[in-house]
Amino acid sequence: MNSLVPEIDAWGPGPGAGFTALLRRDLLLAWRRRGEVANPLVFFAMITALIPVAVGPDPLLLARLAPGMVWIMALLGTLLAADTLFREDYADGALESLVLSPQPLWFLVLARVVAHWLVTGVPITLLSPLLATLLSLPSSGLWALVIGLALGTFAFSLLGAIGGALTVALGSGNVLRPLLVLPFYVPVLIFGTGAVTRAVSGGESAGPLALLGVIVALALLVSPFAAAAALRVGIDG
Amino acid sequence: MARSGALWQRLHRWASPPGFYRLSTRWLPWLGAASLALLVLGAIWGLLYAPPDARQGHSYRIIYLHVPSAFLALAGYYVMAVAGAIHLIWRVKLADMVMSAAAPLGAALTFLALFSGALWGKPTWGTYWVWDARITSMLVLLFLYLGVMALRQAYSSRETAGRACAVLALVGTVNIPIIYKSVDWWYSLHQPATIRLTAAPSMHPDMFKPLLVMILAFYVFYAWVLVLNTRAEILSRERRAAWVGELAEERVS
Repeated sequence: MNSLVPEIDAWGPGPGAGFTALLRRDLLLAWRRRGEVANPLVFFAMITALIPVAVGPDPLLLARLAPGMVWIMALLGTLLAADTLFREDYADGALESLVLSPQPLWFLVLARVVAHWLVTGVPITLLSPLLATLLSLPSSGLWALVIGLALGTFAFSLLGAIGGALTVALGSGNVLRPLLVLPFYVPVLIFGTGAVTRAVSGGESAGPLALLGVIVALALLVSPFAAAAALRVGIDG
Repeated sequence: MARSGALWQRLHRWASPPGFYRLSTRWLPWLGAASLALLVLGAIWGLLYAPPDARQGHSYRIIYLHVPSAFLALAGYYVMAVAGAIHLIWRVKLADMVMSAAAPLGAALTFLALFSGALWGKPTWGTYWVWDARITSMLVLLFLYLGVMALRQAYSSRETAGRACAVLALVGTVNIPIIYKSVDWWYSLHQPATIRLTAAPSMHPDMFKPLLVMILAFYVFYAWVLVLNTRAEILSRERRAAWVGELAEERVS
């Protein structure tokens, strides 16, 4: 039956459309400046090379330090990259149109976080077995390291979004953002390194990894909402 | 309904900065006297009359300072976060003033707990610093306080700063229990419980009673200093308001 009135979708595109649109835009932008996106990875690799120089090339000592060192470097790498999470959009005004759009802001924040994780956390995770081997980590710990980092870097991105949103209006080049979020990284670091240490010593690493999953789930519940609230505060003020 | 209406009116009057200022002027002498009396009582009882510890001798007496300040450091974070939430949700200006007064106070108490713990650690464990679970989580708590204070400093607009700090403090309240649990877990993973404080439940009642007095004293002291800080914050933020001018003239004449 043909109606004279054209069918109008009164509800507009659903939240899923906004999510995928933002995700695609962010990934496309990242792809177009691949060199810049690769910087955290280069940082990650360079610091790895500095550790044996600093503490000496003894393989036994390096193997003991490796789980903690790789985790700390992954943390610093994602922290470094989190600076671009909201700042550029704030500077060119795109953030305001995101806030004003009829899409739920927390869902858009989540899309941004997922894009950030895909661009920084996942490559760091994929690179980590190589660098851990350079630091003579026994191969029995590699799986725990990779699974832990995949979960942990996602938690870092989620928590980093809160810090990025809180400091978005403060102008670039301030060191405040890391100060705000680093305390929240402590549990992730504990369970992440705990899993690797256990796996290396022949124990069961599923427990710490499951707890890491719990932290990711909690961060998923809290962080998009907190970051969205902080973005609104930053834009109002 | 009429009664609850009157209650709301009263609440609104208290929650306005000048209303709170006038009301708290009446509380101050009582709070001050009570906290001083309790502090003196607890200190004399704990330092002079409580029996010395069988193993640690007299050095254990630092708990009369250490434990209450650690209690209030943690409770103070929740005071700050609840005040922040009230400011964020209902836009009560007074709540933001309480929040900005609570942050440095809580940070100072956390520092006091860490510092007295380090002093106590020297005679007991032979070293000032041990990466013990509780010490580590207190250190993280100090960082959380410092983060809130730094964020407030960074914003030039007071209103924005208050709301941003409230969001951060609320995220912190979710995280504090997680941090505490995970640090406990980390500690049990890394080293067995070789170094342990003499467990609190096994404490002799003669030692425990003055500790309770000191904890109560610190709570009252905290309330007193919080009210004083809040009053200072009120005056500095409302210094251009007419009522502050009248108050200043009253004092002068």
